[in-house]
Amino acid sequence: MSEKTGQRLLLQGNEAMVEGALAAGCRFFAGYPITPASEIAELMSLRLPAVGGTFIQMEDEIAGMGAVIGASLAGVKSLTATSGPGFSLMQENLGFACAAEVPCVVVNVMRTGPSTGLSTSPAQGDVMQARWGTHGDHPVIVLAVSTVNDCFTVIVQAFNLAEKYRVPVIVLSDEIVAHTREAVVLPDPAAITVIDRMRPAVPPEWYIPYEDNSRGVPAMAEMGSGYRHHVTGLIHDVRGFPTERPEEVDAFIRRLFHKITNGFTEIQLTNPVMMEDAKIAVIAYGAVSRSALRAVRQARSQGIRAGLLQLITLYPFPRKAVEAVLAQCRRVLVPEMNMGQVIREVKRVNRTTEIVRHNRVDGQLITPAEIYAHLLAM
Amino acid sequence: MMKEERYELRFGGAGGQGIILAAVIFAEAAGIHEGFYVCQTQSYGPEARGGRSRAEIVISSAEIDYPKVLGMDLFLAMNQTALDAYSADFKSTGILLADAALVSQVPTSRALLLPFTTIARQQLGDALAANMAALGAVGVVCGRVGLASLEKAVASRVPAKFRELNIRALHAGAEAARQQDLAALPPFIDSDEEKEV
Repeated sequence: MSEKTGQRLLLQGNEAMVEGALAAGCRFFAGYPITPASEIAELMSLRLPAVGGTFIQMEDEIAGMGAVIGASLAGVKSLTATSGPGFSLMQENLGFACAAEVPCVVVNVMRTGPSTGLSTSPAQGDVMQARWGTHGDHPVIVLAVSTVNDCFTVIVQAFNLAEKYRVPVIVLSDEIVAHTREAVVLPDPAAITVIDRMRPAVPPEWYIPYEDNSRGVPAMAEMGSGYRHHVTGLIHDVRGFPTERPEEVDAFIRRLFHKITNGFTEIQLTNPVMMEDAKIAVIAYGAVSRSALRAVRQARSQGIRAGLLQLITLYPFPRKAVEAVLAQCRRVLVPEMNMGQVIREVKRVNRTTEIVRHNRVDGQLITPAEIYAHLLAM
Repeated sequence: MMKEERYELRFGGAGGQGIILAAVIFAEAAGIHEGFYVCQTQSYGPEARGGRSRAEIVISSAEIDYPKVLGMDLFLAMNQTALDAYSADFKSTGILLADAALVSQVPTSRALLLPFTTIARQQLGDALAANMAALGAVGVVCGRVGLASLEKAVASRVPAKFRELNIRALHAGAEAARQQDLAALPPFIDSDEEKEV
């Protein structure tokens, strides 16, 4: 790292992603190369051994994701990178990481799908998959990058959020961002904020691996450190063992969500540009936000009061920032390289009618009486 | 905010001609050694070699928003197929630089045809150095990125045993371009001509 700091370098998005991951403390990569993400694996295979880290090319993406979870449980910050077809294969193990609260970062360099699609062409078709690709009710953090500089800074944030909240963080890149080369100056590692997971402050015999606390994020002991504990994808109690007791299931699922909602203000990252007096706005993310920025500047030069809200965090959806834009502007454009995925989220928060919610997450069926009680009150 | 001055280049050819490498070297020369803001992008098919290959470079005095070409100031075409496929988007003051050995028909009168592949084969003994000969000419025609910067970028991007060959190719291409009289070309491409018919 040090020999590259402070110099002007011509880097691809994928290369900046590797430098950012290393700066954030990533010391393990497992995966399977795929266009347009291959350079991340390629460069990691060169750089990780030099910093005492481990690179493994696995037999496929399922195993890659599995190895990432194992390495993280052993206390090492871990990364994998793939594109659509590989991301589909990772979904099952990604769910395990959500359930067992294993910090890790998954980069998905989006290409055109479905299926093998167009292997060398960009797209933004995996937004909903990033949020909901693995089954079951689960929180996850999804960030999007739009420039080479972003690739560095956002993946540092991804690792920090993964560690702080014990949650998988998915970084959505796309073929354009991944393969664009720009002249960048990498920040001094000493100037970068790096967050590490909280480790137990109690002796091993007192350690309760999934015990709640004010942050909702249990302290995490690495495997092999004497803090023996059980890790499972089954819904588990505070000691990590399977449970079906409704009150324990409910507490577990709600804590998984609470720990993320607690952090909304620092997790929901957006970048408003020329929004102060905007009457119309573009809401964009990824490479498209660069096109949007240009269009907005052009409109401004014509005296049109346009603005841009670039979304860095896609999930949890930054509704506060979006609602402010919707309240301020008479028209909002949401350009996307898909048939419309984030626009659904924008429309969702653009309500004028009150929407009532009712949720139950304790493994029990919602009863007719519960629903009826709402209907009476509406 | 500094006045934005974009200069946009596209390189096109067959996969295996070193189109993308040439673009990466140009981008490094412009971005690292000349201090421009730079964005270099590319598009290519799934084939390992063959097929068409295209790379673009935008250099600017100000931060670059849209990273791809909006209108070409310079188009380097290394074969007829790429020339035919990628000639759209010329600025009216744009200029075409093509390999005379592999291109026979050009769509604009603002064109310089130089025999890069022949120069590489006959003067340097290796036709594969044609991309570097072309890059030397690109440097001269664009007038923004000096030969010294291109040399430094070649030195950092090309394996040691090919460095000397590639640098000689740069010089040979630049020399061929210097012998051309750019001022003799029509001043701009008049796309409105057909309206007068």
